Amino acid sequence: MTLIFSFFLLTMLVITAIAIVRIRDLFAAVMLSGIFSLLLAANFFLLDAADVALTEAAVGAGISTVLFLSALAMTTDKEKAPSSNRFIALIVVTTTMLAIIYATFDKPAFGDPDAPIHQHIAPWYLETTRDAIDIPNVVTAVLGSFRGYDTLGEVFVVFTAGIGVLFLLSAPSGKPRQKTDIHSEGLRHYLVPRVVGRLLAPFIILFALYVQFHGDYGPGGGFQAGAIFAAAIILYALLEGEKRALEAIPQSWLIGMIAGGALLYSAVGLAGILLGGNFLDYSVLSDNPVAGQHIGILLIEAGVGITVTGVLLSIFHAFAARDKF
Amino acid sequence: MSLAFILDIVSWGLLSAGGAFVFIGGLGALRMPDLYTRMHAASVTDTIGPALIIGGIILQAGLTLASVKLVAILLFLLLTGPTASNALASASLLAGNRPEYAQALTEDESQ
Repeated sequence: MTLIFSFFLLTMLVITAIAIVRIRDLFAAVMLSGIFSLLLAANFFLLDAADVALTEAAVGAGISTVLFLSALAMTTDKEKAPSSNRFIALIVVTTTMLAIIYATFDKPAFGDPDAPIHQHIAPWYLETTRDAIDIPNVVTAVLGSFRGYDTLGEVFVVFTAGIGVLFLLSAPSGKPRQKTDIHSEGLRHYLVPRVVGRLLAPFIILFALYVQFHGDYGPGGGFQAGAIFAAAIILYALLEGEKRALEAIPQSWLIGMIAGGALLYSAVGLAGILLGGNFLDYSVLSDNPVAGQHIGILLIEAGVGITVTGVLLSIFHAFAARDKF
Repeated sequence: MSLAFILDIVSWGLLSAGGAFVFIGGLGALRMPDLYTRMHAASVTDTIGPALIIGGIILQAGLTLASVKLVAILLFLLLTGPTASNALASASLLAGNRPEYAQALTEDESQ
């Protein structure tokens, strides 16, 4: 049954991908890419990768769609006619595709327990998590503690991306900025979305906090929680106007959040060194090594969540503040 | 007949009915002539369809935490679905897109 469902989802995924490539209307392409992400999330869930599925749904289908739409509002929603020289591109793509298909012949069978990935370090993670970290969700243990360096790197990638987008978009546009009513007022005149949105926003924030702090026990963590939290604030900004959202969380706070989250993560790592352990070794944070691991993971997940929220909200405001290039 | 058997039958009925509603909604969204009638058909897929389907799943899950989460999902869907339909319809009206039957009415009056 799972196999049939996987085939169905993968087929839909290919159809959606082809539709995205072929469609000229960029607005529809954005919607299709949201559908693509949802299908992918369902697929990840079928493969028992609930954490990845949650991230894909929150970031791919949720926040990316909003950011794409803000970008479209500034440019145009029609794709330019393709240039005539598509022959080389076709050859490159076909060659790459054939090479990838050839590479798949060497792959172990799906779910094969003898596959190298299940033999290398994964058994050690599964065995050690119970004694050394003692949290039910091994994914969080691997991400936060065993491979803390990688996650630190990811946070700095998000940090760098946020800074880059802010640099690009906050450059002066040449023309004096036209304040349209839609942007400053939001949807304040539309009663139904406003009432329902105001009702839902606190619950979305509550859910974000649940995802943030439930990461030790189930699917969740800083990346997903940050995206959901940013979605709640963006919803507020769309309904009440960007100005009110900036009053709630000012731009200076957002900059502080972008840097502060990454700094918090690094500080936890440095605290490990100062207390006599290695960088990002949380065991020394408390008298009890296991309790130290819990504190460390909680703090670095908070750092991740803060940075992701700050970056996503800053990018959204940067887009919304510019009407036209 | 045991209670579990009756519950299975009821949840089977709910799931089938929900699936049928979603199917009809999808069919309507493809076959209806203009945006408003299509939305009318499609809105079935985010009101009665999920209500029946989630009702069926709740009967399968019983009195567990999963049921509470399912009820929360259902409440969320029942709040957001109609709101999205409303926003879409008013945006379309605002953009000057008039329903087809209203256009037919004005054409009759002008003749």
